[in-house]
Amino acid sequence: MINQFEVIETNKMIDEENLDVRTITMGISLLDCASSDVDKTCEAVKKKIYDHAKDLVKTGEEISREFGVPIVNKRVSVTPISLVGAGCCKTEADYVRIAKALDEVADEIGINFLGGYSALVSKGMSESDEKLIRSIPQALADTGRVCSSVNLGSTRTGINMDAVRLMGETIVETAKKTAEDGSIGCAKLVVFCNAPDDNPFMAGAFHGVTEGEAVINVGVSGPGVVKTALEQVRGKDFETLCETIKKTAFKVTRVGQLVAGEASKRLGVPFGIIDLSLAPTPAIGDSVADILCEIGLEHPGAPGTTAALALLNDQVKKGGVMASSYVGGLSGAFIPVSEDQGMIDAVNAGALTIEKLEAMTCVCSVGLDMIAIPGDTSAASISGIIADEMAIGMVNAKTTAVRIIPAIGKTVGDSVTFGGLLGYAPIMPVNRFACDDFINRKGRIPAPIHSFKN
Amino acid sequence: MEKAEKVIITVVGKDTVGIIAKVCTFLSEKKINILDISQTIVSGFFNMMMIADMNGSDISFGDLCDGMDKIGSEIGVSIKCQKEEIFDEMHRI
Repeated sequence: MINQFEVIETNKMIDEENLDVRTITMGISLLDCASSDVDKTCEAVKKKIYDHAKDLVKTGEEISREFGVPIVNKRVSVTPISLVGAGCCKTEADYVRIAKALDEVADEIGINFLGGYSALVSKGMSESDEKLIRSIPQALADTGRVCSSVNLGSTRTGINMDAVRLMGETIVETAKKTAEDGSIGCAKLVVFCNAPDDNPFMAGAFHGVTEGEAVINVGVSGPGVVKTALEQVRGKDFETLCETIKKTAFKVTRVGQLVAGEASKRLGVPFGIIDLSLAPTPAIGDSVADILCEIGLEHPGAPGTTAALALLNDQVKKGGVMASSYVGGLSGAFIPVSEDQGMIDAVNAGALTIEKLEAMTCVCSVGLDMIAIPGDTSAASISGIIADEMAIGMVNAKTTAVRIIPAIGKTVGDSVTFGGLLGYAPIMPVNRFACDDFINRKGRIPAPIHSFKN
Repeated sequence: MEKAEKVIITVVGKDTVGIIAKVCTFLSEKKINILDISQTIVSGFFNMMMIADMNGSDISFGDLCDGMDKIGSEIGVSIKCQKEEIFDEMHRI
């Protein structure tokens, strides 16, 4: 039987160390909602999402109460809308109408974000893909809960540089359209290389075309729990350090597995995957950066950061894999800047730069995340940053992403506030040298060779 | 015999007279059987853990939580009810 110390340990994790289930995300296929009429498509989309997910929030709250563990977000991801709207959207405005329909139904069922205003263009863009991408700035300005993502490359196809160029412009345009709200539109827009079909985390969640009718994916969290466990092994050797992270990750993931199983059973929707993640929030003590400091760094960004992060990421996976029957999504430590107080402190202290963050993305999920840059950064420079990050993902056969916010009207020394889980970010400097001639080339970067690994 | 529906009830707070009595009276009135009970002092705080079986009870889990919240606020301690599975999952392979 369970003993008192195990109960106390679990409840201490929940009450004092911010252990929570970060999100239950229901993926819903909207392929059967496609039609040749925008109004009909919007209606079908709303009905299908409502029918599947109307009890999602209530069920999440029930599970949360019964086990005494917070379930922070209840969300929905849908089939990439570029596919759903391809038959009926003649203009960019037509796509925006679907975005509004998604926003309305998200509001109706009480979820905070809905992902899938997306296009998959890793090799080429169809006309409908391009229309959707061009509609993103307006769609994100006109909606509050819709999240957008675009897959720009993959290890098998290479990088679609035409789409990279277009996304640089799209990000700038999105920032301008939401300038009054700290360019928040860009916080809901992410570009990927090797995007996973079953990611439960926003802004990049979408329901891949290889998925079933509906699925429950769960993202766990718990940086505070890992940090506290590591406080007990200060100064010990690497073996002890790694074993401690592994054991803690196992416990954290088991909670996610339990919640996922219950949600799946109660909603009558198959369980998909657990995303083994350390996802920080701006709350004190809920920080991945603090774990890196506990491992032995003065601030993230110091020499040794990439190695420490690689170690952390790998142990989280090793501990988590055994705790869950199916693992997927992004799985790894997240290193967003605005959503992690320790990362913000590191930027303010001058320890952390975009270039070091880029190096860190080579060894963890996901990529350059929630980084605010000066509002006058050129579209070409943003495309250059994206291309660099896509190249890391392509060559290393891993998922990488960029969610970057050119804060209109702000520059280095300022900061921008998004509120809630999105936090606030100091504006980080971008390398001032140009890459226009590189970005203006047409076509794509070929897929890399898969032998002679060096 | 039907499968037990085990819940873990934990009480954390300043030690006062009659905490266990109040909780036990409530459980007995609602036909909830107590399987195990233990208490300890952790960092100066009274910590009580009770394993109870809700099978056969005439109230729902939600009602149990509400009842315990009420008792907790009356005597100034925090009372938490959780289904057993979360501890099993986390601490048993």
